Amino acid sequence: MTRKQKRLSIIAGLGLVIALAAVIIFTALSSKITFFYSPSELKENPVAIGQHFRIGGLVKENSWVKDGKTNNFIITDNESDVAVIYIEILPDLFREGQGVIAEGALNAEGIFIASNVLAKHDENYLPKEVVETLKEKGEWQHGTEEDAKTTETIKTTEGANN
Amino acid sequence: MYIEIGHFALILAFAIAISQAVLGLIYWKSGGRIAAFVKSAAIWQFVLVAVSFAVLIIAFVKSDFSLLLAANNSFSLQPLIYKISSVWGNHEGSILLWVLILVMFGAAVAVFGRDIPNDLKTLVLSVQGVLGASFIGFSLFTSNPFTRLNPAPFEGADLNPILQDVGLAIHPPLLYIGYVGFSVCFSFAIAALISGRVDAAWARWVRPWTVASWVFLTLGISMGSYWAYYELGWGGWWFWDPVENASLMPWLAGTALMHSAIVMEKRSALKIWTIFLAIITFSLSLLGAFLVRSGILTSVHAFASDPSRGLVLLALLALFIGGAFTLFAFRASSLRAGGLFAPISREGALVLNNLFLASATAAVLIGTLYPLVLDALTGARISVGAPFFDLTFSILMVPLLLVLPFGAFLNWKRSDFIAVTQRLAGVAGLSLVATIAAFMLMGIKISLAPLGLFLGFWVSFGAIADLLYRAKFGQVAFAKALKRLFTLPKSAWSMALAHFGMGILVLGVVLVSTGEGENITSLKIGETAQLAGYSVEFTKSEVLQGPNYLINHFEFDVSDKRGNVRHAVSEKRVYTASSMPTTEAAILTYGGVSQLYIAVGDGDEAGNQVVRIWHKPYILLIWYGTIFMALAGFLSLSDRRKRIGVALSSKAKQAVRNKQEA
Repeated sequence: MTRKQKRLSIIAGLGLVIALAAVIIFTALSSKITFFYSPSELKENPVAIGQHFRIGGLVKENSWVKDGKTNNFIITDNESDVAVIYIEILPDLFREGQGVIAEGALNAEGIFIASNVLAKHDENYLPKEVVETLKEKGEWQHGTEEDAKTTETIKTTEGANN
Repeated sequence: MYIEIGHFALILAFAIAISQAVLGLIYWKSGGRIAAFVKSAAIWQFVLVAVSFAVLIIAFVKSDFSLLLAANNSFSLQPLIYKISSVWGNHEGSILLWVLILVMFGAAVAVFGRDIPNDLKTLVLSVQGVLGASFIGFSLFTSNPFTRLNPAPFEGADLNPILQDVGLAIHPPLLYIGYVGFSVCFSFAIAALISGRVDAAWARWVRPWTVASWVFLTLGISMGSYWAYYELGWGGWWFWDPVENASLMPWLAGTALMHSAIVMEKRSALKIWTIFLAIITFSLSLLGAFLVRSGILTSVHAFASDPSRGLVLLALLALFIGGAFTLFAFRASSLRAGGLFAPISREGALVLNNLFLASATAAVLIGTLYPLVLDALTGARISVGAPFFDLTFSILMVPLLLVLPFGAFLNWKRSDFIAVTQRLAGVAGLSLVATIAAFMLMGIKISLAPLGLFLGFWVSFGAIADLLYRAKFGQVAFAKALKRLFTLPKSAWSMALAHFGMGILVLGVVLVSTGEGENITSLKIGETAQLAGYSVEFTKSEVLQGPNYLINHFEFDVSDKRGNVRHAVSEKRVYTASSMPTTEAAILTYGGVSQLYIAVGDGDEAGNQVVRIWHKPYILLIWYGTIFMALAGFLSLSDRRKRIGVALSSKAKQAVRNKQEA
C-alpha cells in the first residue's frame, strides 16, 4: 500500500467505528431513558399502560398499607394522587409524609406497579425532582427549604468523587 | 491562634502560586534564575498548603469546635481515625485536600523532573501555578475552611454516619491523587502547545505521571465501589450513578492516554491526539468535580456538595477547558505529524484501543449530561440509568476486548495478521473450552453471558500467552524459557499483568451479574431462609450501645452445601447526633471469591424481621482484577527506563528497542 492508501484506510476505518458508536449511543438514548412525572403531570398527560417511567412526590399520610411483602401507598403532590403497589421491601427511610421516587409502569386499572422505590439514606433527603415539583405546585414551605439547605451543607460527605 | 497560622499559610501559598504562574509564563525562555525561582515556588507552595492542612487535622483531632468546619462535621466521641477523615468528609476540607494533592504533584515535578529541559519544566510548573492559584483562591474566597465560630459549641454536629467508616480514610485520597495527578499531564500538554515542541521525549516524561495517576484512580474507584457495596446495604457494586460516571470518564480517557503515549514514545506517532487526550482527561476530572459538587445531579452516594459554589466552579471549568482548547486549536497544526504505520501493527491496535475507549467515554459523558441538557432545553425530567449504559458500554467494550490480545502480539510498524492469529489460536480454543465448562458448571440461562465469559478468558489467557511467547516456551528448552520468562523486561510483565487483571475483572462482572441470587424474606428467631444451597438461620437479636450510636444487633448461623456452619453478624445503627440509621451488612466470603451478603431491614412488634440475603458468586474477582491492574502500574513505575526525567540517548533507545524486539 502507498502512504496515501494507508492513511485513507485508517481514516475510513476510524470514521466507520465513530459512526457506529454514534448510532448506538443515540439509539439507546431514544429507547433506554426513563421519564419523570409528578402525579398532576401524569393526570394532564396520561402515559400508556406498561410504559416505564418514574413518579415522584410525597407519600400521602395514612395511605401506607402493608400486607406481608406487599406495600400499597399513595404518592401525592397535594393536587393529584397516584396509587402505588410495591411487592418488595421498602427502603429503611420510607415514611409517610416524606419524599419518594417510584420506578415502574401503570397497569390497566391505573395503579402504578413499582419495580423500584428510591429513598436516600438521609432523614431529610428529598429528591431534587420532587423538590422542583413541589416548588412548581407552590407546596414548598419556607421552613422545609431551610431544613433542606442545612441538610445540603451538613450532608457533606465522602468528599469522594471530588 | 494556630488556626490563623493555617489560614495565613494558605494565603501565602496563594501569593506564591500567582507569582509562580505569572513570572513563569512570561519569562519561561530566560532560564537560570527564573527557572530556579519557579522550582522553589512550587516546593514552597506545597509546604505551606501542607501546613494549613495539618492545622485542620489538629483542630479536628482536638475537637476544637471554635472552628466552624469541625463543629459542623465532627463529634468528640468519634474514634481518632474518623476524626482525621472527617477533615475531608465535607466540601471545604475536601477542596483543601484536592489543593494539597495538586501542589504536591507540582512539587514532585520540581523535585524529580531533574532531566526535563529548563524551559519546558518552567512552563509546566507555571501552568501548575495557574491551577494552584485558581483552586487555592477558590478555597480561600468561596470555601474557606478556617472560618471561626464564636461562642464555640460543646459538641459537634457529627459526620454523616455513612461516612463513619474506614472507607472515608482511604477512598477520597486515592481518588483525588488519581484525578489531580492528571493535572501534570495537562500542564505538560499546555507547555508543549506553548513551546511548540513535541517529541518522543515529551511522551517519555509524561508517561510516568499518567501511569501513577491511573493507578491511583483505578484503586480509588475500585475502593469506592467496594465501600458502596458493603456500606449501602443493597448488595450492588456499580449503579451507573452520575457520581460514579464522573470518576469513570477520566479513567477511560486516562487509559486511552496511557496507551497513546506509548505509541508517541516508541514511534513518534499520534502526537496531536496524545496532547488532545492529556487535555481531555484532566478536563473530565474537572467536569466531574463540577458535576458532583454543584449538586445538580441526583445520586445514591453521599458526597460533598454545595450548590452555592457551583457557578464559581463552572467559571473555573470554562476557563481551563476553554483556554486549553483555544490554545490547542491555534497551535495543534504547528506540531509535525510523526511516524507512519500499517493498519495491522501494534500502533494500529492501539489506535483501535483509543477509538473504543474514547467512544465509551463519549457514551458515558452523553448519558450523564443528557438529562441536564434536556431539562434546560425542554423542562422534561428524565433519568438515564443502567439500561442505557449497560447497552452502549458493553457493545463498545466487546470489540476492544476482542482486539486486546492481538495488540500485545503484533509488532510495531507492520505485522503479519495471519501469523499472529495462528499464535493466538490456542488461546481462543482454550478460552472457548473454559467458557463452555463455566457455562455448564454454573447452569447459566441462555443469554449473552457466554460471550462475556469468552472475552474474559480470552483476555486473561491472551496475557499469559503473551508472556509465554516472549519467553519462547516451546521454541527453546523448557529450563531456558523459564529463565527467559523471569528476565523479561518489566514492561512486558506489567502489560501482561494489567491485561490479565482486565480479563479477571470482566469475568467477575459477567459471573456475578448472571449468577447472582436474592432472597428477601421475613424471619423470626429460630427460622431459616434458603438461597443457592446456603441456609441462613436467624439466631439472635439484641440492642447494644456503640460509642456514638445505638446498635440493633442480629446474629445468624449460615450453613453451606457441605454443612459447615459459620456465624454472621448484621447490624443496623442509629447515630445519636443525627438520628440517622445505617446498615452494617454481614458478608461471608466463600472460596476466596464468592460472597453471601445479609442485610437486615425493618422489624415489627411480633418479632418478624425483614432479612435480605444475596448470593454473589465470584464477585471478588472484580476487585482482584483492579488490584492486578494497579500492581501492573506500580511494576511499570519501578522500571528504571521509565524513571521520571530519565531521557535515554538515541543509542540507548535503539538498544532498548532491539532488546524488546528480540
